[in-house]
Order: sequence, then structure tokens, then C-alpha cells
Amino acid sequence: MGPVPYLWSGEKWRDFYYRIAESGHVDAVTLGEVVCSKRDHFTRPFLPQVIERLTAAGKSVAVASLALVTLEREAAQTRRLADVPQLAEANDLSALRVLAGKPHLVGPFVNVYNGATARLLAKRGAIRICLGPELPAASIASIISGAPGIEFEIIAFGRLPLAISARCAHARAKGNTKDNCQFVCGDEPDGLDVDTLDGQPFLTVNGVQTMSRHCQVLLGDLPALVELGVTHLRLSPQDCDMAAVAEIFAEVRDGRVCPEEGIAKLKIVYSAAPYSNGFLHGAPGMNWVAA
Amino acid sequence: MELICPAGTPAAFREAVEAGADAVYCGFRDETNARNFPGLNFTREELRQAVAHGHAQGVHTYVALNTFMRAGHEDLWYRAADDAVAAGADAVILADMALMDYVSSTYPDQRLHVSVQASASNVDAIALLVESFGAKRLVLPRVLTVPEIANLARNVDCELEVFAFGGLCVMAEGRCSLSSYVTGQSPNMQGVCSPASHVRYREDGPDMVSELAGFTINRFGKDEPAGYPTLCKGRFHIADDDGYAFEDPVSLDVMEHLDALRSAGVTALKIEGRQRGKAYVAQVVSSLRAALEAPKEARAQKLTQLHRLSEGQRTTAGAYEKKWR
Repeated sequence: MGPVPYLWSGEKWRDFYYRIAESGHVDAVTLGEVVCSKRDHFTRPFLPQVIERLTAAGKSVAVASLALVTLEREAAQTRRLADVPQLAEANDLSALRVLAGKPHLVGPFVNVYNGATARLLAKRGAIRICLGPELPAASIASIISGAPGIEFEIIAFGRLPLAISARCAHARAKGNTKDNCQFVCGDEPDGLDVDTLDGQPFLTVNGVQTMSRHCQVLLGDLPALVELGVTHLRLSPQDCDMAAVAEIFAEVRDGRVCPEEGIAKLKIVYSAAPYSNGFLHGAPGMNWVAA
Repeated sequence: MELICPAGTPAAFREAVEAGADAVYCGFRDETNARNFPGLNFTREELRQAVAHGHAQGVHTYVALNTFMRAGHEDLWYRAADDAVAAGADAVILADMALMDYVSSTYPDQRLHVSVQASASNVDAIALLVESFGAKRLVLPRVLTVPEIANLARNVDCELEVFAFGGLCVMAEGRCSLSSYVTGQSPNMQGVCSPASHVRYREDGPDMVSELAGFTINRFGKDEPAGYPTLCKGRFHIADDDGYAFEDPVSLDVMEHLDALRSAGVTALKIEGRQRGKAYVAQVVSSLRAALEAPKEARAQKLTQLHRLSEGQRTTAGAYEKKWR
């Protein structure tokens, strides 16, 4: 389970992870605020109890770094990751420096486009890399075979992180600036739609982050991912029953349900966005390529 | 401060040298650089000649190899680095850590600059690249205010270069897959954003509509000039309103901040625009050169020419001013 990308209330965030703790289909959880440091105080008070609950349930827990670090406060927060007892996931070059020499994860916001970079990171202590969204299968295959000895994760479900900015488009859409944002991104727990002027669904804004409008769904591609050597499937939280999403992915992975039936079941759990899998197939990311 | 100028062609290179550049940056004619546009960039021989011409005039040449190496095809980037070094490049501008590793271990004496595409925006990120690869200069992403840049300059062990004029990325550079999400081609992988091959203009009643891969990026009334559909600078429907959701079609102009950037400790100012013609490059470079050398009172007049080049386009100081966020 990847980090919650959206701003949810502390209680909703806590209860989400309590539900995940009860799921028998989630092995590992990466959590923590990745998108915007201003949001951190909403969830931080609940972090210890959430980590405790997940750990007690047998989940492997990692704490993610911020994706964009510019302020001294953010740099200090990143440096503190060196001291957390859990694994940490680096999402910025600064976190790579802070975590060098100790086992850590690398998140999808660090640019890993080839096996040579993956090897370099492995030498510095990376044990698992979650690859960024835009890589086609041919690149994924080459990266994995080029960096034996470490594990690889792919975002298999969820809106994809496409861009991050110093400017907050979410606050701007509501007439605010980032510095006086009033936390309006909390009004859209599943992201804010961006349509074209001709009404075509286009992108999703989530605070300073721009996400895909489509929800990536790699259910039909699971055998191919296994073939490529992917060891972990990342489910990126949407505002829906993510334990049910995990169950569907586990059923398809284990061959108990065929991909078509899995997708039909998934549409009952999450229908707020159209599905896509284009990046994996070397097509525009928003495309759907039938398996 | 040094003035770092773009050249998409040998002709623009010579114009930039003539107009007063301290260094000119350019790239090879392939996907190893982030301006991989048809008809642009340098052959190996053209680069050798450009470097020699620059050196004869006391001007440096920086070679941008600032896309990320495509897995399984890394040789294209390694050979480009070999050839840039062999041509006598005064610096190579790199984004991919594995390419930095290759250059720093194969050519320890080669001056290595970190591209804006590497997205190093803080002290620790920069220190990582200095310690690991011997980076001598870092081009900062356009996500920082002038005081934040000053703070970085005090705390890092390398030179800082900042964008001063030209195109403006709204998103943190090197961390944007918007273009590939819509068109299948991205700055990081193919060296292109919102590629012309996917652009179409169509008339719809009195409006001119600009499209990217079939998506409406903007709609212009009959008195509005129809701009290029760069996808983060389009007009969209968001939160019950129509408008520029991410950024207006503006370009970057930080002339108001020249003194602040100088006292912040910035080493070099970069002009964006390798896709621009030689006349544009010559005018921007000579105006900026004059402005840099003029006393503050006389600067406004020197910049009139420059402002004319942004005509039809509004300008912004972007993230250099806190209110932009």
C-alpha cells in the first residue's frame, strides 16, 4: 500500500490504516506525507499508533520522504528520516544522501530510468525501488535485469503522480495562494478534476501535485509484471475501500479470478475514474491497452 | 555573473558568441538532450567546430546531455559523453546519475554541471551530487525564491546557475510526465514536451482551438493570438471555472532581480531557448549583456529591447517571487 497522496483528516487517515492492518492481502505499507509539507500536522499525531497497529498486524512498514524539498523545515524533516526505526523511502535526492549506507527504499519520485542508476542506488543501500510511472515494459525489464539483488515495485493501482510544482494549482483554483491555502485540497479527498474547455476529462490536481485523471489498473498485466521480475505491486490509495482493492489484486495474482472478472469487480469498488495502463505498453499513459 | 546562452544551430552559436555570451550551451542531434526537436542541434563535426570557434573567442561551450538514459540503450548517452569530451567541451550538463557516474569515473578532469532536469533543490541533494560525482555547478530548478537561492549558495560547495529569461516550466523540471501521459513522449525520455507532431489547430465557429493529441489545450477568440499548446499552460475547466489552471502562457523574466541574484552568490544566468532563431538569441544576449554591465539606474532602458522580445507574451518572475506559489 503506497502513501495516501491526498489530504484526509487525521481521523480518516488513521481509520484507513486500521482497516488496512486488518487486510490479509497487504504485505507492506509505505506511509507519510509525500506531496506537501504543510499538510503534515494533520496526520503526524496519529503516526505512532498507526505504525504500531500495522506492525502488530505483521505488515512491513516504511516511512516516505517528501517528493519536493525546498524549505529548511522540509530539509530538516528529511534528515530526521535517518533516525526512524522503520525503513525509509527516499523520494528526493536529499533523502538519498541522508539514508546512504543504511538499507532503505527508493520511491517513484526519484528518477530511475536504467539499470545503471538502479545499481548505483543499490550500492548506496537501496533494497527496493518503486519505479516511476512513465516507464514502458521494455525499460522495466532492462532495469530489473540490470540490477540483480534488489526488489522492484510498480504502481499497479491508483491515479499516477505526473508532476509536482512549487506552485499550488489546487489553492489557485480556489482563489488562494500556497502560503495562505486554507488547506482547500482537503475538500477533494480523491483529487480535483481538470477538464478541457470542451469537457474532456484531462488531469487531476492534488495540492502541488498533478496526477493522472485515469486510475492506473494493471490487473490484466500481472503475469507480464511477474515475468519482468517485479516483486511488489504498489496500490496507491484512492478514496475507496482499498482493502477490497487489495483483495481483488490478490485474487487475480493468485489465479482465483481472471483479470476481466477482477476489473469488473474493481469497477464496483472504484468507479470515480476511467482506467488506464498505457505507460506500461509504451503508449500515452492515459490509454487503455487490452491484454 | 556569467551569461550562459542557448544555441540550437551553429549559426545561433556564432551569434551568441558575437553578442557577448560567456558560455554557449548546445546538444547533439538526438534524444540525449532535452531539446530534441526536428532540425535542431549539432552533429559531432559541428560541435567540434563550435568549441574551437568559441575557444578562439574566449567563450566556453557546454554540452547538454540532459535526458535520462533509456534502459538497454545507455550506449547512446555514453558515446555522446565520450564525443563531447573529445570535442573539448568545457562542461557537460547531465541529469542522469548513472551518466554522471560514468563521466566522473571515466573522465575525472572533465567539468561536470548538473542539469536543471536532475531536480536538485536543496542543500543535501546538491551535496549528494558534489560528493558522489564531483559536480562543479548546479542549474537550479525553478522552484526557489531569491532568498532560498541565497541560502543555498551559502551552504553548498559548488557554483549555482539560474534561469533568467525565456521559457518557464511550471512543474519541477525532470519530474514531469504530463507530456508522456497525453502524447507518449516526455522531456525525461525523448527530450520533448508537448511535441509539435501531436499539435493541431482547428477553427470552431469564431474560435481557434489548439489541441494536443486530440485534447483541447486552449480556445482563442478572434482577437486573441493563438499560442502553442504547451499542456501546462492551457486553459482548462477546474473548480467550476474556466482559466489557466497551472500557469498563463507567460515567459520568465527576472531582470528585476539581477542585483539580488548577484548578491545571493549566483555564478551564472541562463537564457532558455535552444529552439529559438539566431536573431532572437543575438538580441536577448546583447540586451542582457548590456543590462548586466549597466549601472542599476540605466538598466531599464537597456532592457526595453528585451521586453519587446516577449511582446504578445506576458512575463513573470515565477518562483523567484514568493507570491507566485
